[in-house]
Amino acid sequence: MSTLIAIVGIGIFCLLAEIMNLRKIIIPVTIVSLMALFGLTLTGNLPEIKGYESMIVMDSYGKIFSCLFILLTALLVLQSAPSYVKGTKVSDFISIKVFMLSGAVAMVTFTNMAMFFLGIEVLSIGLYVLAGSDRLNIKSNEAGMKYFLMGSFASGILLFGIAMLYGATGAFDVATLQEASISASTEYWFYIGVILITIGMLFKVAATPMHFWAPDVYEGSPTQVTAMMSTLAKVTAMASFFKLITILNSQMLYSYTEVIIVVTIATMLFGNIMALRQKKIKRVLAYSGVSHTGFMLLTLLNINEAQNNLLFYATSYAIAGLAAFSVVLFVIKNEDNDQIDNFNGLAKKSPLMAFIMTIALLSMAGIPILAGFFAKFFLLSQIITSGFIGLAIVAIINSMIAVFYYFKVIVAMYTKEAEYEKEYANHSEYYIVGIVAAILLLVIGLFPDALMNLL
Amino acid sequence: MNISIVLIVLLVGAIATYVSGNKLASKIALLTSIAAFGATLYALNAFNGGENLDVNTIWINRPAVNFALHVDGLSMAMLLLTTGLLPLIIASGFVTKFENEKAIYALMLFMGFAMAGTFLAADGFLYYIFWEIALIPIYFIALKWGNGDIEARKKAILKFFIYTFAGSLFMLLAFIYLYTKGGSFDINKLYALQLNSTEKTYIFFAFFLAYAIKIPVVPFHTWQANTYSKAPGVGTMLLSGIMLKMGLYSVLRWQLPLSDSAAKEYMPIIVALSIAGIIYGAVVTLKQKNIKKLLAYSSLSHVGLIAAGLYSLTIEGFQGAVLQMLSHGLVIVGLFYVVELIYNRYHTYEIKEMGGIRIQDTYFASLFMIIMLASVALPTTFNFIGEFNLLYSLFKVNMWYAIIAGTTIILGAFYMLRMFQKVMLGGETKSFQKISKQESIVLVIIVVVTIFFGLFPQPIIDLIEPSLQSILTQIK
Repeated sequence: MSTLIAIVGIGIFCLLAEIMNLRKIIIPVTIVSLMALFGLTLTGNLPEIKGYESMIVMDSYGKIFSCLFILLTALLVLQSAPSYVKGTKVSDFISIKVFMLSGAVAMVTFTNMAMFFLGIEVLSIGLYVLAGSDRLNIKSNEAGMKYFLMGSFASGILLFGIAMLYGATGAFDVATLQEASISASTEYWFYIGVILITIGMLFKVAATPMHFWAPDVYEGSPTQVTAMMSTLAKVTAMASFFKLITILNSQMLYSYTEVIIVVTIATMLFGNIMALRQKKIKRVLAYSGVSHTGFMLLTLLNINEAQNNLLFYATSYAIAGLAAFSVVLFVIKNEDNDQIDNFNGLAKKSPLMAFIMTIALLSMAGIPILAGFFAKFFLLSQIITSGFIGLAIVAIINSMIAVFYYFKVIVAMYTKEAEYEKEYANHSEYYIVGIVAAILLLVIGLFPDALMNLL
Repeated sequence: MNISIVLIVLLVGAIATYVSGNKLASKIALLTSIAAFGATLYALNAFNGGENLDVNTIWINRPAVNFALHVDGLSMAMLLLTTGLLPLIIASGFVTKFENEKAIYALMLFMGFAMAGTFLAADGFLYYIFWEIALIPIYFIALKWGNGDIEARKKAILKFFIYTFAGSLFMLLAFIYLYTKGGSFDINKLYALQLNSTEKTYIFFAFFLAYAIKIPVVPFHTWQANTYSKAPGVGTMLLSGIMLKMGLYSVLRWQLPLSDSAAKEYMPIIVALSIAGIIYGAVVTLKQKNIKKLLAYSSLSHVGLIAAGLYSLTIEGFQGAVLQMLSHGLVIVGLFYVVELIYNRYHTYEIKEMGGIRIQDTYFASLFMIIMLASVALPTTFNFIGEFNLLYSLFKVNMWYAIIAGTTIILGAFYMLRMFQKVMLGGETKSFQKISKQESIVLVIIVVVTIFFGLFPQPIIDLIEPSLQSILTQIK
């Protein structure tokens, strides 16, 4: 609870700072206070505030994921700083990002479905606004509109599902719902509710067949917002989905498992195969994000043991995404043109950035010794242990397909020559975020225990 | 003293090479590789003195992964090959002017580090990591410093990467499966696992996929010739000299002991496949016009024989295979170095554009001839001993195998001699600048070592014999 209050406090500060003409300190103060909050939450040194009928409870799952979200947001705010130099909208956009973080935290610490819905709406509405935030750009408008229409539709389904649960049990409370889910006398519309919630969440995490919004929205949104969607928003939705399933469907029926397996395979394959054909980096990352969702969905098959694996995968995916987007921002520099050709000759112009991109892509492809390899490894061992060997082979084939499009970017950076003199967005923020993320990927890969033992 | 010192030297050296900048990079890289070789020799001495060089510390708790390195005669021999060839390969890079030298030399050392780690690892997971990271440097070396048209090169090298990556992922699956059975990646615990024959069959083929691609065994060889011809000289040497031995070594260390019954059951098929590789390689070599491709296919033929010996599951086969791995590594590096020397003067790999070198540089021609004769396993060269053992092992399996493989060796002598004739002999067509003293050092070392061990192979046999025996008892 106190973490949530502190985050909202930071958000309100951002808004007030605008009025007090303190625009310049917004970003530094936000980052510093988020980092402080990260430390305090992780070590558990925040005083626990009770209230709100305990609708927010910081259990270990919630705590660790909240820390991840806070860290990601701090880096994302830093990364987006150069984009808000000229405009006067600093306080608005930064505060939206911080409020989105509060939504994200609510989504993993809720003990009440109302709080969950509040969280997901805060997160989503923030994203709708940010997606359309480049208001003079027709593509950004399109992205915002598309995301809003589709997203609110999914929210509707989600809410309908929650209503069904309420109808069956008369409660929003997680403990009651959990009991109802394993009791034999539960009304059948409880399960309809579970299905509806599953559909809504599959949309939010962009799993096939509900992924169609992702590439268009990713492409149209301003790049620093795309970074936020593909890292923070995706990871949050996934963590929240996982928590929902532990509550509502911990003793999964075989029919439900089958659905998850089909969705997982479809998501991995579809994301990867579509990514092969893309020429724009943001679309490549969007489709690769879809396939990573497929991998993360595998954790649902072992709902009781897989939370570590989810944490590991989510962390390494999000951090690799951050590193990659730092380089993308650096390369495409506020231009609409985000063709992969832009990366031609990057290794000569800026070896450091090319190196960071390489690390990020190799990690996503699952090459040892980077974090992404361990993420895939933990997932594979989890599903093999539970006997899904066929699924493991599908996952492996997908890892191979992914190499094609990740290496397309690497090849462009290292072997091709830039066709024209290209200017890069030479901001120290991109370097800092990129370097921090790349180092994190390496450190997590060298000491995977540290992350695995958190949960 | 423990064996990790060799790995540390290589890794630190790789970083130091990159940091030192383009001017110093090549020298620092050479010094590092010599230091690593020195450390290996020192370790060899200690090993022969009965000292325990193993390392075993906990790295990851969940899953239980240890940083475990184990030294026995087999890994020692492979380590000697790696660190021994590395200075030669680095020195042979001196004849070429690379752009961004610090990067390529650092990558070479890093690759040496990964390959040395592969030969030493006694923990399945650690082994897999070393095996896999060895792929990254060679990918970049071939991509960035390779020759030929960039589009064609990109394709060839990506194909190589995907092929090997795909194969190793199946190996990873096998390892994970074994881990779920025994709860440990430790090699001895994996050896001790009780698996039924179906499981062993799956494990056998999962490993086979990884190794057959790396070695390569027909029909998984299609990446090889293209990659060899597109990679720069040093890259080809690393690939053919050391990297493909990773596959052969792993067959001995991991595949056969872990899937013993399946290995016995499928032995005739796999040996037949390997022999098909010998014939295929030899026949295709006859048609080659590009000297690098010619050597690539002849190498395919040679490793086919080594693989056949390994899968024959006899002590002679094992012994011959290891000896042949060492000698083939030496000789193939020498051959590719000769090719690079010629390329530097003629700027072509096409055989028909060469010729008349012998009358201009007899010294170079004689060195080349000795190495070429070694590669066709002339008696008194190191290669002869390995090849003899290998043929003997095939003879024990099936007389016809030995006859077919033996005939192909005659074919091998034919195409190598014909290649030598076309490249070196004949009247003077183009002027050939004599090779300098520095350039010849690498060749001289190779010639001396090849002949020395051809005459006195006993130290090496003594080194590897006990470990091969124990692997064989593990299988039986």
